[in-house]
Amino acid sequence: MRRKAVAALPPDKLLPHAQPAYMASWIYVFGVLTVASLLVVLATGGVLALKGPTWWHVSGTGKYVNSLHLWSVELLMFFMVVHLWAKFFMAAWRGRRALTWVTGVVCFLTAIGTAFSGYLVQQNFDSQWIAGQAKDGLNSVGIGAFFNVMDFGQMLMWHIVLLPFVLGLLTAWHILLVRWRGIVPPIDATDPADAGTASSAPSPAGRP
Amino acid sequence: MTTTGFLLSRGRSLASSVDLNGPGHYLHWGFIQLSVANLVVIGLMVVVFVAALLLPFPGGRR
Repeated sequence: MRRKAVAALPPDKLLPHAQPAYMASWIYVFGVLTVASLLVVLATGGVLALKGPTWWHVSGTGKYVNSLHLWSVELLMFFMVVHLWAKFFMAAWRGRRALTWVTGVVCFLTAIGTAFSGYLVQQNFDSQWIAGQAKDGLNSVGIGAFFNVMDFGQMLMWHIVLLPFVLGLLTAWHILLVRWRGIVPPIDATDPADAGTASSAPSPAGRP
Repeated sequence: MTTTGFLLSRGRSLASSVDLNGPGHYLHWGFIQLSVANLVVIGLMVVVFVAALLLPFPGGRR
């Protein structure tokens, strides 16, 4: 298993020190911005879970961390949507990268569910309103049989345990697939993976 | 004025420019209903996307 893992992702491919020249563009930074936002979301969420609602609703520091959690989610969704548009118009599933694309799409859907369950556990009138509206929508398509958005305890567990765990696993899988198959080249460029060289082989960014 | 006082006064002046105490503003187009806040965010995403395509990357032309 170790030999297979090292063969698929040797250190030069897992953590390359140089990237292909076509990556010298701002459009390639939104993936890593999404990951950075996710790390802030997970860290602030961890602090909120440690301290509890009597802290984040009352103390100044608690309200600050609660706001950091909210705004890092806003940035996460912002960057992820721009990343999605960029990869869609690059047709990023080319060159045996279909699974990379699919895991990214499932990450996106899971992130929407995680953010939605977060809005349900704010413990204010807004969360009650969202739960009441969502209940009708979800029941109308039969999804309400599997979970109850008006059950606070159930939604809290989905938000802080199940969905972050699934999202973390999917994100790790997505990143490993990106490293394995390499960053997708522009449509008119030669794919280093097809040329029989590793993604780190071409000249460094900015030095074509 | 202390630094904290300066930041508080700046915060108040910024907060007063957008009044968030009240119901949100919504746009209606047939069966489509969209809040102005969400429309602004979508517009910002489009602007950032286009800017990322057009703006030169530092060191990219060397």
